[in-house]
Amino acid sequence: MWLRLVLGMALSALLAGEAGAFTAYVSNEKSNTVSVIDTEKWAVTKTIKVGQRPRGIAYTKDQKYVLVAVGDDDTIQMIDTTTNEVVDKLPSGPDPEFFTQGPDGKFLYVANEDDNTVTIIDIARRAQVGDVQVGVEPEGMAVSPDGKILINTSETTNMAHFIDTATRQVVASVLVDARPRFAAFKQDGSELWVSSEIGGTVSVIDPVKHAIKKKISFAIAGMRPEPIQAVGINLTRDGKIGFVALGPSNHVAVVDGTTHEVKKYLLVGERVWHMAFTPDEKYLLTTNGVSNDVSVIDVGALKVVNTIQVGEQPWGVTISDR
Amino acid sequence: MIRAICATVVACGAISLPAGAAPLDVKIGYLGRADRTETISLVEMPPGNDGIAGAQLAIDDNNTTGKFLNQSFSVEDVRLKDQDDPAAATMQLADRGISLFLSDLRADMLLKASDAGRARGLIFFNAGAIDDRLRQQDCRANVIHTAPSRAMLADGLAQYLVWKHWTRWLLVVGSHAPDKLYADALRRSATRFGAKIVQERVFEDTGGARRTDSGLVQIQSQIPLFTQSAPDYDVLVAADESQVFADYLPYRTRDPRPVAGSAGLEPTSWDAALDQWGAIQLQDRFERKFSRRMTPLDMQAWTAVRMIGEAVGRIGTADPERILDYMKGPDFSIAAFKGRKLTVRDWDLQLRQPILLADGRTVVSVSPQEGFLHQFSELDTLGIDRPETKCQLK
Repeated sequence: MWLRLVLGMALSALLAGEAGAFTAYVSNEKSNTVSVIDTEKWAVTKTIKVGQRPRGIAYTKDQKYVLVAVGDDDTIQMIDTTTNEVVDKLPSGPDPEFFTQGPDGKFLYVANEDDNTVTIIDIARRAQVGDVQVGVEPEGMAVSPDGKILINTSETTNMAHFIDTATRQVVASVLVDARPRFAAFKQDGSELWVSSEIGGTVSVIDPVKHAIKKKISFAIAGMRPEPIQAVGINLTRDGKIGFVALGPSNHVAVVDGTTHEVKKYLLVGERVWHMAFTPDEKYLLTTNGVSNDVSVIDVGALKVVNTIQVGEQPWGVTISDR
Repeated sequence: MIRAICATVVACGAISLPAGAAPLDVKIGYLGRADRTETISLVEMPPGNDGIAGAQLAIDDNNTTGKFLNQSFSVEDVRLKDQDDPAAATMQLADRGISLFLSDLRADMLLKASDAGRARGLIFFNAGAIDDRLRQQDCRANVIHTAPSRAMLADGLAQYLVWKHWTRWLLVVGSHAPDKLYADALRRSATRFGAKIVQERVFEDTGGARRTDSGLVQIQSQIPLFTQSAPDYDVLVAADESQVFADYLPYRTRDPRPVAGSAGLEPTSWDAALDQWGAIQLQDRFERKFSRRMTPLDMQAWTAVRMIGEAVGRIGTADPERILDYMKGPDFSIAAFKGRKLTVRDWDLQLRQPILLADGRTVVSVSPQEGFLHQFSELDTLGIDRPETKCQLK
């Protein structure tokens, strides 16, 4: 009885502790490092040296590695998440910037900006298994929740390309506003959101009809339209809220996922690029490229509650799912 | 490739684009100069394919996009000497079905070509001439300017010098007509942004070769002599578009002063060192294709051809009148690796654009500078703004 009580207390203490303690990895484009953040302490616990110009960053689905694209070294490095050391690399093709995985985590799809190609890599075999020719300067990447469609956005062609992951053929292309940077599906697969950096908009696309059903624009009081440049997009799992990072405007827009109306603009650090939720969706972390920090947004309260200094010019962020 | 997919997939409507089905072949004429300008610096000598190379790269970019839209683009290069008739050359291309033209001709030749083409509805993209008169009293309703104007270049430089508090300028002007026009633009900019020209000097072009076997011995003593006894100044600003003396100024002035304008810190639309805002991707693909670096003229031509590609892709027609209307309208913008969208001024058809300030090795800054505000667009702090325009488009 006594033992059970103690055990019970210990267990609940452990659970309470775990609720907030996730690990975030932030790529610092200029310092060639990755900062490791403890999301309970909101502090950097380690800085990992990586290759040159780290940008795209993501956990593998099995959580064993964090992958980071180091564009100027023409590869994707693999950080072991138990030792926090670079242990291996993937043959990404030239100048990888951004990549994504299917739901099963078997293949990695990499945007190679320099040669209008999406490269497909078998992660377990560390081998290239195919490529797809797309538009000029491929950038944004997303896989539909059912794993059947890969989206690639091409920045100078200004399209979202729909690629069948089985046949590896482009099956449709949708014109969006200038310099599309990022693509994100709703979890139920009903909508695809694509941000246009220079256009300053988010196109909400019907993934079945391949048609834009709504274009979200942004206006921040007292600010010229030019710095309002849409980049990263993160949608909550229930699809009710979309967060859109607005680059040099230093704001993140909070968008109603149903009506597509902008509800609020949150002031974060300077030049906000990308974002990631903690798995409980209590917090959203943003990378701020000019102020060299990460802002922490309380998703329930829609407020910025913390700022963490990281390396120079933070770009991407990924968070463990447990 | 799309055609192949269309053949197998029943509904070609899957490609949700304006002109999905009917193939469109867009031909562009490029009117270039046959003569080459001499420069002081050997490394600055313009390459033989200066300008047209930028157009050709943009054709590739348009065609990569075009394969998803069933559109294809091509450019035909015509070189004219000073004594050639640009009107006749234009008509020959028009007879072959070309109605969209790029030009890097001098102002007077561009006007002959564009006026000859008006009756046939031809439109022109001025990628080469920076003359303000083409945006002012001599503006034309069928000429869009992707080259920045002298006023824009001078304003971009002046904003930075004023931001640096280098507000006392020693202005040195060459003796050729374009040098004088550049000096006019610099004087206007100084007045606009609060710089003071403490003195003006003219550097007479007495002729002679730019390269001699005796080399630089004499210049080393001539330039200190030329720049001595000046009133106190912060920066020497040179207006020497003819490339007669400006490149001799840096490190040789009597007083240790920075040089700007036609040498030293130069305002420009493009620099081979620009690597931010994704520009490194364009620089890389240019160098891969042509084995040389991309010049401002290449960029101005690239931008014009991309503007055509963008417009044709969006509106699904290559009709010049529709393209012109679309570009003047509120929905048109072009991304050109300058960190913001570029749009067309509807009062003089000048493309709004930031001005880079480059020293030949790096991009030092990009104007408009912070703090120079404007009620509509900060880009309109550069060049002739709507309230001061003398342009009547017709």
